[in-house]
Amino acid sequence: MQNSTMQSASNPVYRKRLLMHKIGITLSSIAMALGVFFLMWILLTLLMKGSSAVNLAMFTESTPAPGSDGGGLMNAIFGSFAMVGIATLISTPIGILAGIYLAEYGDKSWFGGVTRFVTDIMLSAPSIVVGLFVYAIYVANVKHFSGWAGSIAISLIAIPVVVRTTDNMLGLVPASLREAAFALGAPRWKVALMIRLRAVKAGVVTGILLAVARISGETAPLLFTALNNQFFSSNMNQPMANLPVVIYQFAMSPYDNWRELAWGGALLITFSVLGLNILSRTLFNQKTQH
Amino acid sequence: MTTQMSSVNMTAPTAIPPAATSMSQKVDQIDPVKMATVMRRQRWQDFFFHKLTFTFAALVLVVLVGIIVSLFLRAIPAMKEFGLPFIWTIEWDPVNDKFGGTIAIVGTLVTSVIALLIAFPVSFGIALFLTEICPNWLKRPLGTAIELLAGVPSIIYGMWGLFVFAPLFSQYVQPALAATLGKLPVIGALFTGPKIGMGILAAGVILAIMIIPFIASVMRDVFEVVPPVLKESAYGLGCTKWEVVRKIVLPYTKIGVVGGVMLGLGRALGETMAITFVIGNSHHLSWSLFAAGNSIASTLANEFAEAESPLHTSSLFLLGLILFVITFVVLSAAKLMLLGLARKEGAK
Repeated sequence: MQNSTMQSASNPVYRKRLLMHKIGITLSSIAMALGVFFLMWILLTLLMKGSSAVNLAMFTESTPAPGSDGGGLMNAIFGSFAMVGIATLISTPIGILAGIYLAEYGDKSWFGGVTRFVTDIMLSAPSIVVGLFVYAIYVANVKHFSGWAGSIAISLIAIPVVVRTTDNMLGLVPASLREAAFALGAPRWKVALMIRLRAVKAGVVTGILLAVARISGETAPLLFTALNNQFFSSNMNQPMANLPVVIYQFAMSPYDNWRELAWGGALLITFSVLGLNILSRTLFNQKTQH
Repeated sequence: MTTQMSSVNMTAPTAIPPAATSMSQKVDQIDPVKMATVMRRQRWQDFFFHKLTFTFAALVLVVLVGIIVSLFLRAIPAMKEFGLPFIWTIEWDPVNDKFGGTIAIVGTLVTSVIALLIAFPVSFGIALFLTEICPNWLKRPLGTAIELLAGVPSIIYGMWGLFVFAPLFSQYVQPALAATLGKLPVIGALFTGPKIGMGILAAGVILAIMIIPFIASVMRDVFEVVPPVLKESAYGLGCTKWEVVRKIVLPYTKIGVVGGVMLGLGRALGETMAITFVIGNSHHLSWSLFAAGNSIASTLANEFAEAESPLHTSSLFLLGLILFVITFVVLSAAKLMLLGLARKEGAK
């Protein structure tokens, strides 16, 4: 035994193989460290630059005019909540029903296959093109930017996320559960909604939360749909302030207090999005463990 | 009358389970006519349910077709005016209404390729670490960290890139690159020019950080489908971990790995906000990667809301259409490759 280890240590082929192994493992560990390092770097930057802007005024005052002091992000926060809320209300039923179709009827037909394929592509499609699309079909026709247009644009981004997770989750339901329900004479729609969907409720909620997280930070599709509004507005038919676009404009501005607000907004939006991500994951893990 | 009879006949086998005697007594009391109406109602409900869910599933396809058609219609004026040479015309001049897409298209492709060159080895390392090296208790937190990196909104990458990364990049990385790679004969020209931090190269690096988590998570998933028996056999023959990865895992998952890389490429091509912050937004073509440039997405983000002339708007729509077609092709290829791997796994 000892003899063989000594032999392998002195054998040049073995030494070379071991060296390759060590180099590979080290590089891989460095890559992993690099990924974590960038995440930490970005989060720390946000905390350092943004925490000074997070105060009561940020939530109670509207965005300041050029050159004026103070101000907050109240209108932008409200606008983001309104648009993301409406987009969630639009995309949740559409996404869940489309996901149910794919899981119930989609396996055998070419239509189901094509829809799955297209959904997967829409998941990664450039979001700015979705903005262009909503501009072309809606904004250009009514001739003004509006909160509704923004909501439609981001709901189009959320729908594929909900469809895909619903479809995946429904696929996890054991066939025996469905068959048992069918054997009792339940119609298909009851089995789909009250047996199958109910069994994976937590998973579907996860999908919705992930979709909300995804659209909360989307900027590109809002640039030519909701645009921006310097004042507080709860009229969905008018241009509407929203956090991502305000951050974009303020970060690029020459005013110091605007930039500070941009960092504050960036901090707020990042930690909400990451919080949603973590929440959805823990929710899902808890529900699926037993 | 005949239809009623037939539906009663159809209910018979399901309604009377022969084994349960108490049940069959109960069933006997059910009025067959009433039963038939219930059945008919349920059949209508099922029909309606099928059509309803079908409509919503079809909506996804309608949106895809709608995007292509609406962009195409809006791009027609620009296509008529410039024709196919739009793609290789450098000039982009809103003042004189002359538009060509070369700078934006080249900028999009170059930044994405730089991003892939950096992101591929790093993502491979991360996926390898998470599947093969990482101790079990660390897998969850590290996996979550990588997924959170994917969750950070792209505008945050842009701000961080512009205000934190670019200054450091111009101070340390660019001089180092210019002093080493910049001295080489042919590719040296790529690493010369003003070291301002912003530009094509910086945009590529930021993009790389953004797509690493996407590629890494696909690679991790495909690495996990390798049958343990294959790996264990290799270990049994005395292979090192590295050899198992190089000679068992990688060959087995080749298509999936390429699919993951293509998926990352698709993401990189369409990325908007991060690039808009750091690419410098200039319509100049330069050999240097340090120079400011433009991508399709950043051109759209910067100019669309302010475009005055109809031809300018139309040219922007044409750029959007080109971007959508390119990403569609790349993502389809990625998807087909990943499906191919899944089928291979299913055949086992």
